[in-house]
Amino acid sequence: MFRVSSNPSVDTSIKLVGVAIGMFAFVFVVMVPLYDVLCDALGINGKTSGEAYTSVQAGVDESREITIQFVATNNDGMPWEFRPDTNIMKVHPGGVNDTVFFAHNPLPDAMVAQAIPSVAPSRAAQYFHKTECFCFNQQPLEGKGSADMPLQFIVDRDLPSDIKTITLSYTIFDVTDMAASGALAAR
Amino acid sequence: MGDHHHGPAKGLTRWMFTTNHKDIGTMYLWFSFAMFILGGAFAMIIRAELFQPGMQLIEPAFFNQMTTMHGLVMVFGAIMPAFVGLANWMIPMMIGAPDMALPRMNNWSFWILPPAFLLLASTLFMEGGAPAFGWTFYAPLSTTYAPPSVTYFIFSIHVLGLSSIMGSINIIATVMNMRAPGMTYMKMPLFVWTWLITAFLLVAVMPVLAGAVTMMLMDIHFGTSFFSAAGGGDPVLFQHIFWFFGHPEVYIIILPAFGVVSQIIPAFSRKPLFGYASMVYATAAIAFLSFVVWAHHMYTVGMPIAGELFFMYATMLIAVPTGVKVFNWITTMWRGALSFETPMLFCIGFLVLFTIGGFTGLMLSIAPADFQYHDSYFVVAHFHYVMVAGAVFSMTAAVYFWLPKWCGKMYNETMGKTHFWISFIGFNLAFFPQHFVGLAGMPRRIPDYALQFADFNMMSSIGAFIYGASQIMFLYNVIATIVAGKPTSDEKVWDGAEGLEWTVATPAPYHTFEVPPAVK
Repeated sequence: MFRVSSNPSVDTSIKLVGVAIGMFAFVFVVMVPLYDVLCDALGINGKTSGEAYTSVQAGVDESREITIQFVATNNDGMPWEFRPDTNIMKVHPGGVNDTVFFAHNPLPDAMVAQAIPSVAPSRAAQYFHKTECFCFNQQPLEGKGSADMPLQFIVDRDLPSDIKTITLSYTIFDVTDMAASGALAAR
Repeated sequence: MGDHHHGPAKGLTRWMFTTNHKDIGTMYLWFSFAMFILGGAFAMIIRAELFQPGMQLIEPAFFNQMTTMHGLVMVFGAIMPAFVGLANWMIPMMIGAPDMALPRMNNWSFWILPPAFLLLASTLFMEGGAPAFGWTFYAPLSTTYAPPSVTYFIFSIHVLGLSSIMGSINIIATVMNMRAPGMTYMKMPLFVWTWLITAFLLVAVMPVLAGAVTMMLMDIHFGTSFFSAAGGGDPVLFQHIFWFFGHPEVYIIILPAFGVVSQIIPAFSRKPLFGYASMVYATAAIAFLSFVVWAHHMYTVGMPIAGELFFMYATMLIAVPTGVKVFNWITTMWRGALSFETPMLFCIGFLVLFTIGGFTGLMLSIAPADFQYHDSYFVVAHFHYVMVAGAVFSMTAAVYFWLPKWCGKMYNETMGKTHFWISFIGFNLAFFPQHFVGLAGMPRRIPDYALQFADFNMMSSIGAFIYGASQIMFLYNVIATIVAGKPTSDEKVWDGAEGLEWTVATPAPYHTFEVPPAVK
């Protein structure tokens, strides 16, 4: 067998130190990326794709009507006013739908926000495609400023038939400090 | 190398610079007992507050610090170092080796431990208080909402993790390279086997824990977003990483206990252990399965149904090798010439109570049922049955069993038996009612509770005080034995005990097996 040292105890120890370092690295280079990949691929945790969806021409399924509920939540300490224009929409799978979320910054200072989406039931996440979303980018607002933030989405025609209602929830975070330091990961 | 037959050095430097496995084992054991008393004191504060409903003695914020510190100190300060100490004392003597393979590293792995816990305990006196986010330190409680002392907590975890890894490497190197001629793997005592497997688990998962706290450190101080949703991270990721460490950790705590029980039950049954090979394979099977069941701690985070089912079935599978072990222990006693000295009483207590803890574990493994039990006192009752009645009872049994060999003096048997019965009654009075309040809906980690839980909580507190007080009797008995116990020079202190450690003189000389024994 492969030996690093002529003293068998030292040899065993060096190999085990290698295992320990390997496991430490494993957390960073395997577990973290693998978690993101799996969540994206399987739509676990209600995570939706962070990138714009390119629509395919498949036609609209008029036989089904899906109820879409919109929820807007402020993260702890976030002072913005943040709400959907429409709370509930009835849509057909395959059709392109547009809606708008409203945001208002009540403070005198400019701020940057990031909205994080989540879909319930989580099984529906991979069938909920966003072709345009304010959550793809950070949203800066001047002091006392307001914005209508657009969302365009398609519900996939392959959505399992037992899912009649999909809830799309956005939580808005204050990322002013992160944006300033440039430490923000792309979403 | 100098004179091989010198005795220990004198004074404080003996303990600071020692590379002797017996000295280091002794220091580990005393240190872990001190931590056991400290963690026990935290538990007494918790139970005093919960004696009656309503806020009685302490602030809720301090209550949270107590539950957190109790868990951390007991898991990392009391149970783990206690078994490492036992490994240091017993493994070289059990395999016929003169010392551990890496004696200088052994000294280090002990001596970095007290500073780590000093650092952790010092957070109690800091502004903002000690960590208050539970011993599982879930993000974002431990990142965004943590007290400033969290950085000290992180460094403390790094240091004690390093200590565990060094200790484990030493144990593996010793067992793999320093066995006496003829001591094949399948002739090793089971305590050595369970520790060998435990040490591999430690080397594999302590770095994962180090990774988790390093990510916390980076999120808190360096602007990364591993666990922050705002920056593209995910708090649920923390739970996956933590329990990927945390579940093997559970077996790291219990496997050496299995080893101890497998040594003691045959000695007092005067029969060889039933099913030695199946014990070894069952231990290895439990260790392997421990890596694929972690998400059963987090059924309620919103996993897909396939995930829930996988983790549920894999968890239930662990009951099979564990059942093999319990079966073997009972069969070892079957038709044996049993006698009930204190170590045996603690082992039988272990067997009964650990099995109850195993059954409640099976109940918790059922994903649909877990939604009701999750984070309730039922969970608290479950893991105290396996941690206290499992690990601590077997550790106590080990001390009574080997203490005469270590110091050449017999402990007071009547006081030992009294200690057992008071512990047994106190423990059950403390934790059995928690099953009921948990099933009735009392959540864990709260300083106040609804009135209908009052009677059971008062019982629980009284039981906890009794159990705590009985440990003082244990401490007294051990000190009285060392100072003024009845001397014994029998090599075999227990007539039914088998193994190399019972062939050396009593008390065990400072150096043993400088010439390897022949193993048939």
